[in-house]
Amino acid sequence: MILVNLILILLVGGVIAWLAERQHPGLPRWIALIVILFDLAYLVAAADLSWTKINVVPNPSEAATWLIHYKAEWIPRFGISFELAMDGLSLLMVILTLVLGAISVSASWTDIKQRTGFFEANLLWTLAGVLGVFLALDLFLFFLFWEVMLVPMYLIIAIWGHEGRGYASMKFFIFTQVSGLLMLFAILALVVLNQHSTGEYTFSYFDLLGHGVTGDMAYLLMLGFFIAFLVKLPGFPVHTWLPDAHTQAPTAGSVILAGILLKTGAYGLIRFVVPLFPHEAMAFSPIALALGAVGIIYGAILAFGQDDFKRLVAYSSVSHMGFVLLGVFAWNALALQGAVMQMVAHGLSTAALFMIAGSLQERLHTRDMSKMGGLWQNMPRMGAMAMFFMLASVGLPGLGNFVAEFMVLVGLFKVAPWMATISALGLIVAAVYSLIMMQRAFQGKPKEGLQLPDYGVREMLTMAVMIIGLVWLGLYPQPVLDTAQPVLDSLTTLVGSGESSVVEASVVEMSTAEVADNLNSVQIVGVVK
Amino acid sequence: MLKLLPLIPLFPLISSILLMVTLGKMPKKFVAILGAGSVGLAAVTTLLVGLAFMESGQPYHQVLWTWMQVGNFSPDIAFYLDGLTLVMMSVITGVGFLIHLFSTEFMEDDVSVSRYFAYLNMFVFAMLILVMADNLLLLYLGWEGVGACSYLLVGFWYQNPENGAAARKAFVVTRIGDAAMAVGLFLLFTELGTLDIQPMAEAAKTQWQVGDTVPVIACLLLLGGAVGKSAQLPLHTWLPDAMAGPTPVSALIHAATMVTAGVYLIARTHELFLLAPPAMLAVALVGLITSLMAAFTALNQHDIKRILAYSTISQIGYMFLALGVGAWAAGIFHLVTHAFFKALLFLAAGAVIHCLHHEHNIFKMGGLRTRLPVVFWSFLIGSAALAALPFTSGFFSKDMILLQAYELPGAGPWLWAGGLLGALLTAIYSFRLVFVVFFGEAKMEPDKLPGIRMALPLSLLCVLSIIGGWFALPLSSVFPAAGDHHPSHLIEGISISIPLIGLAIAYLIFLGGQLKVDGLVNSNIGQVLKKFWFSGWAMDWLYDKLWVRPYKFLAYILRRECMDDIYNTIVKFCQFLFMVLSRTQTGRLRWYATSMVFGLILVIALLQGAI
Amino acid sequence: MDGVNIPLDHVLLLSALLFICGLLGLMMRRNIIFILVSLEVMLNSSAVAFVAAGARWGQADGQIVFMMILAVAAAEVAVGLGLVLQIQRRFKSLDMDDANRMQG
Repeated sequence: MILVNLILILLVGGVIAWLAERQHPGLPRWIALIVILFDLAYLVAAADLSWTKINVVPNPSEAATWLIHYKAEWIPRFGISFELAMDGLSLLMVILTLVLGAISVSASWTDIKQRTGFFEANLLWTLAGVLGVFLALDLFLFFLFWEVMLVPMYLIIAIWGHEGRGYASMKFFIFTQVSGLLMLFAILALVVLNQHSTGEYTFSYFDLLGHGVTGDMAYLLMLGFFIAFLVKLPGFPVHTWLPDAHTQAPTAGSVILAGILLKTGAYGLIRFVVPLFPHEAMAFSPIALALGAVGIIYGAILAFGQDDFKRLVAYSSVSHMGFVLLGVFAWNALALQGAVMQMVAHGLSTAALFMIAGSLQERLHTRDMSKMGGLWQNMPRMGAMAMFFMLASVGLPGLGNFVAEFMVLVGLFKVAPWMATISALGLIVAAVYSLIMMQRAFQGKPKEGLQLPDYGVREMLTMAVMIIGLVWLGLYPQPVLDTAQPVLDSLTTLVGSGESSVVEASVVEMSTAEVADNLNSVQIVGVVK
Repeated sequence: MLKLLPLIPLFPLISSILLMVTLGKMPKKFVAILGAGSVGLAAVTTLLVGLAFMESGQPYHQVLWTWMQVGNFSPDIAFYLDGLTLVMMSVITGVGFLIHLFSTEFMEDDVSVSRYFAYLNMFVFAMLILVMADNLLLLYLGWEGVGACSYLLVGFWYQNPENGAAARKAFVVTRIGDAAMAVGLFLLFTELGTLDIQPMAEAAKTQWQVGDTVPVIACLLLLGGAVGKSAQLPLHTWLPDAMAGPTPVSALIHAATMVTAGVYLIARTHELFLLAPPAMLAVALVGLITSLMAAFTALNQHDIKRILAYSTISQIGYMFLALGVGAWAAGIFHLVTHAFFKALLFLAAGAVIHCLHHEHNIFKMGGLRTRLPVVFWSFLIGSAALAALPFTSGFFSKDMILLQAYELPGAGPWLWAGGLLGALLTAIYSFRLVFVVFFGEAKMEPDKLPGIRMALPLSLLCVLSIIGGWFALPLSSVFPAAGDHHPSHLIEGISISIPLIGLAIAYLIFLGGQLKVDGLVNSNIGQVLKKFWFSGWAMDWLYDKLWVRPYKFLAYILRRECMDDIYNTIVKFCQFLFMVLSRTQTGRLRWYATSMVFGLILVIALLQGAI
Repeated sequence: MDGVNIPLDHVLLLSALLFICGLLGLMMRRNIIFILVSLEVMLNSSAVAFVAAGARWGQADGQIVFMMILAVAAAEVAVGLGLVLQIQRRFKSLDMDDANRMQG
């Protein structure tokens, strides 16, 4: 019930924040902040987490070995249930979500002036959707949450965004929607094929792990999942929604998008794509690795070419998330740990950079770096913060991003030395765009007669949280590694056993036409019902 | 006493964090005390630890905590103290303290002095971590940390965009080397299963034979990192530009400590290099060629700091030469003496610049001998040591390198001859500097004189530059013993006399005027060569054409996101369909009704036909 | 059965004629009131067919459907007259070709 409550608190909190606007326009902010912090406190207090529990290596296909598991009947006729479960990986992601949620509320403290209640409500609902994605282990439920987090995010961009918000929000929506549709097809096909071999409908992750689908069909299904998550990640070449959405979203929206929403894609790759289709994913890995490496370099080059501060940071996200793709498809303990680490560290560092971008926009009413310059003079504190997070995103050792990138590349080097070498070029190009950003915005000749308020207590406190987080991740990442380790161990063994089971399993070959027929019948049954 | 080891980097770190957190609100006097005092404390602690180490004589290993642990990948935050580390730490904290002291006066008029000391202390911290690390990953932390601090300090006066460009260049060019080094670390870990330096060396010795390919590749990758950090060919172009930073920074980072990190890295991993003779030869060649190229360039510069910068590149070339021929101790010895005399030269140059309205051009100076006597003597001693005049510190170390290079079977005499040519050039350009700046007629009057906080570090460094050659460094336990060498008296004599010849040539050309070279310089080929050498062998031009412009062009082309064109094509197609279909949407009820009727008739007809 | 026995074919023919009249009216007239009248005609033509069919098979279904058609027609008239008023107010005309804002 704890997991349900986690999501419910945010949903109900959103409604309360919405209603509270009538009392006072500033009230929703406080409510949102309190709700998120309460949710975090509730997780810590109620979940009864201890290292002995976390260190148990869970059996991925047996729910009882997970940290927390909840299951209720929903649509039993199709084997759909309301099934939530948490292991170390989802625990990390949930904590990241809530921390960044609180940060994004702080980031939007003065930014949002109209319809604050509805804004905070959308924010909380997005967070609820994301939590659902991280916790749902029924594929139908997963898909539901996948869509749920999309709609409030769309509203945030479309209502409170900047000048090009219409185009950006539409692009964001269509990209994720279409890719979500692919995933829905893949899920339905998987369930139907599984029904053919086992005789019962089930959407449960635990049951589907043992599906017997093989051959080209499994490859296609894997691609369906992969593309959906690749869009969200975002990976080259389906990343183009991201610069627009990030740039046009209000600060809090960018923080949540970059910090959390992108991680759902990475999470999906680790949780679903490889465990469900281990053999196919490994066969596909050269292409995925290449996409990751290309994304790293391509994102970095494009970041260098931008004039818009936020666009630059957005492309840097494309570049950084390439490392996650590499880490997942290198698929060994080291690289996977690196990928998880990158998810957390990138969440913090990019969120901070977007917050700085938002503050610049708020003060200068422009994001164009050719109109900035020498801002360090006016706002030394903000400049120092920008310098810190810029160095973090360059991958300075001692900060979280370095640990992540290094582990990914070391892990990858064992599997694909050349790919690791090419990706190491990313270290160089990252420096190029980050330094030019610093130069154009904060260094150089200061503009005359600018009176700009520097960062105050609220901003500095928020930044301090992220600085401490990154330094901690950089110098003592062990708690995070230990939390994720058992899960990743179990998943890596799964791939090993999965490959052998492919040989043993009775081969159910099925043509695409047959699958289409099955799909049709499912839909018809649905309509009748 | 040895337990105090972690305190040494901790002092500057705490000071740096304090200075950053107070955000310039601290009184200036307190900033200076904190900034210089913390490094002073570190120096004293180093002395204590050093004494304790000398007593025990055993390498000391201290693990603070496990940094990260995944499977067998488990680098610690741990320190390793042996003779080499101690030597480096002494240089960093000792010379570092003197430079900090000098800075308190040099920077006292600057508004952001607390930011300056925050960066400088952070640098000392990172540099200490670099030399104290017991594994290559922690070393890499220090390695990147010093790079970042170098970036921050070169661009310290950020209002001037040129400084920013220099800082970026320094960071990016060294990062190219760092990326190579990172790949080297991946390779070493994948092959040997550890990054801890001592176990790694053991593993390498059992796993690899001399002449295997893998150690050669690994060592070449490490060399890539080293040439980046130590400004050697082909990644040396950042160092002359990095002179944009405050002069004490150039003294500390770009002369005494950070740029020698590459030398330290190779010396630290020398057991790997011993397994890879081709890589050793590469090190020696890189060193020699760089030292000659930089010496030619230094002859033609007229910015006082750029001359010193090229001279630094050239001297580090000597250190690489030493490492390449297996004269490990000699290389480190030269590193130490170079730290003394080059820090002295830079600080003296800083004093000149400080007293002469920030003038950098040596041809606008002159006759400063009588006006700035302390600076003159410092500069003279520094130049003598740089030129390796007999019985200065530089003489001993350079002599050791050249003789050991001569001993190398095969290419030895050639390397020796090249080194001699470099020594001759070194003597000429260093005394050219002395004669032009301090002799002749005065062209500018100094507006102030160096105070005690400048004079004291200068005098102390003068003493070190002279007597530094007699220090016995505790390196015998670290490196394999160099073979007994008894070079002939002729070789020895040539080595000693070359710098004196250089001094004489410099005197004849730049002071006495007996040797006229104008004709030679003004000839066509002379002019071309002069320009070529002035531009640093046109390397900047080459890299601009080869890398910078293509990259910018690529970014310019791709800037508009060409991937979006694919999706836009889909959008265009939909829009086209929309255009076509919306024609049928006339808005007339009768038209709709009629089309419905005809549609219905058509459908019925089709159905009938089908049946 | 007493009274005149009209063959089913005749009634259906009448129904078809009425329907075609209505359809033509719908397609030709521009005035919305006439369009509505045409619709009424078409509705009633089908109602006639239902009644006749009900009589032919001796079942009540035909009459029931006729009642439903009546109800539908009443609703349609109510909505339609509302539309007429609105259109008159908006376009100052009852010509449907003037009300072509839906044009793509």
